[in-house]
Amino acid sequence: MRLSRRRLNGLTEHGFSILITLFGLLILTFVIGRIMPTDPVRAMVGEDASREVYEHVYQQLGLDKPMWQQFLLYLRDVVTLDFGTSIRTGQPVLQDIARALPATIELATFAIIIGAGLGTPMGVIAAVNKDKWQDQVIRVLSLMGHSMPIFWTGMIALLIFYANLGWVGGSGRMSQFYIGLVPERTNFLLIDSILAGQWDVFWSALNHLILPAALLGYSSSAYITRMTRSFMLDQINQEYVTTARVKGLSRRQTIWRHAFGNIRVQLVTIVALAYGSLLEGAVLIETVFAFPGFGQYLTSNLLIGDMNAVMTCVLIVGVIFIGLNILSDILYRVFDPRTR
Amino acid sequence: MSMTQETSAALPRRTMPQGLIAARNIVVFLTRSPTSLFGLVVLGLLLILALFAPLIATHDPYMQDLQNTLHPPSSDYLFGTDELGRDIFSRLVHGSRITLTIIFLVTIVVGPLGLIFGTVAGYFGGKVDTVLMRITDIFLSFPSLILSLAFVAALGPSLNNAIIAIALTAWPPIARLARAETMTFRQADYISAARLQGASPARIIWRSIVPMCLPSVLIRLTLNMATVILTAAGLGFLGLGAQPPLPEWGAMIATGRRYMIDSWWLVTFPGLAILSVSLAFNLLGDGLRDALDPKQMNRR
Repeated sequence: MRLSRRRLNGLTEHGFSILITLFGLLILTFVIGRIMPTDPVRAMVGEDASREVYEHVYQQLGLDKPMWQQFLLYLRDVVTLDFGTSIRTGQPVLQDIARALPATIELATFAIIIGAGLGTPMGVIAAVNKDKWQDQVIRVLSLMGHSMPIFWTGMIALLIFYANLGWVGGSGRMSQFYIGLVPERTNFLLIDSILAGQWDVFWSALNHLILPAALLGYSSSAYITRMTRSFMLDQINQEYVTTARVKGLSRRQTIWRHAFGNIRVQLVTIVALAYGSLLEGAVLIETVFAFPGFGQYLTSNLLIGDMNAVMTCVLIVGVIFIGLNILSDILYRVFDPRTR
Repeated sequence: MSMTQETSAALPRRTMPQGLIAARNIVVFLTRSPTSLFGLVVLGLLLILALFAPLIATHDPYMQDLQNTLHPPSSDYLFGTDELGRDIFSRLVHGSRITLTIIFLVTIVVGPLGLIFGTVAGYFGGKVDTVLMRITDIFLSFPSLILSLAFVAALGPSLNNAIIAIALTAWPPIARLARAETMTFRQADYISAARLQGASPARIIWRSIVPMCLPSVLIRLTLNMATVILTAAGLGFLGLGAQPPLPEWGAMIATGRRYMIDSWWLVTFPGLAILSVSLAFNLLGDGLRDALDPKQMNRR
């Protein structure tokens, strides 16, 4: 594929606008971090520290410098990936997050598989049967998924499927019994347990993952269903569909091979975006399931006012979001022959 | 409902009769579809509950009765009592006032803010547009709950701060929408006519553009209200929203969580309340979209 000059210009402009958004993101996290009512120095040195120690740390943190210098210092820290240490764990924040994020990625990946697996066929069925009872039922079902407070559904589901029926594992990432049994290599528990040949741990982890992932997946399927339905409606009303039918193709073939084939590109981009919004649900569902992932790390630090950790988490979420947007853009360009 | 009447009220005075007819048509259209009717009924109920809370509640929502803690639902206590012996039904009824306050405050901040940002960006275009939309993009690059979390963390947990945080995160989609709408009729003849007559940009935006954007902005606000309710409940659940002893529904679920295994009613009823209100907004928004703009029926 040759890059034409116009295309190159377009890409540069695109990259430039991403950079500006990233910069804005940094300003936003910096400003939020500054308006904190808690005193970062006190949080670090404790209540009993002497005046000299306080002053020393105050200057070390650069709080005596003017705002713009503080922002430059913040920029330097971000560029060198130095996000400081978490007050709660005493570990570098980045190291903490590197341990917590894989758990959330496992959760979100399972959730998106469930969400897309549920949402896509529902959307197609709703579009094909527009305004009939199937469409109405699917509309209510998917709006339900969009309307439920996920932390509440999580509790009710735990009550039913864990406490009463005993079908799934309860809270946590695996049974207490297995904790520490598998050496941490990738921090993806499913992968680690396979690498270590610990199939018991693998099943335990899967058992603990399936319920929160199903709930997250259901809530994200609402968006996927709705978009699939509207994409399909656009296709069904076009002439090539009629042509295919007149040509003698069956209804099923027309819908799945022709119409659905044409919306795949759009769907991929939608799924990429839905994946990002799963992070939001993950914050709540991880709290309910005591699932030691990114969301739980964020909220537990929030409650004790560990701003270093919180603002790093927020920044990372922002970066992931922008990254997914770029990814969905790229996927669109790669898969859609018209954009070449 | 009130939403639709607001549309007509905000339109210039001379179109009032037409506006009223339109409002009536919309309500008739909505009541014809069972799903939007459900939404209307639930929101009507919410309004009644909030207005007459002291009359409807059977007990004082804050009255502790340590003799009667964790009492299962009965004729005395419709939805049972919580760990301090407070009547859950009465707390839910009074909680509807908090929910309505959140909805009201978020709406009156987000609507105007989004409209101003969007219409100004759309009308002037060029550099103004680029700068304003860049700011919008930055806010849009966070999931709303995460950004609200960050704001509340910075401002300190309380109901008011939660409302401010939600409002700060809810305006960008409205601004985007208002901008897109404005761009479609920026070049329209009637705008040029107003400009040639010497109307100032502020006057054109306020008198000619804002009324045109209102219907779609209202639909969007209604749809977003479901998210707002869920975010507020989520913040309450995490202990960052309304503080005890306020009967906020999300916070009620958070405290009920500890007693969930033996006393299911503590979390079940507040959750159902949140679910029905947020579902009602979604269903109503869905219906409104069909009612006001047939073009948009297929779009999200």
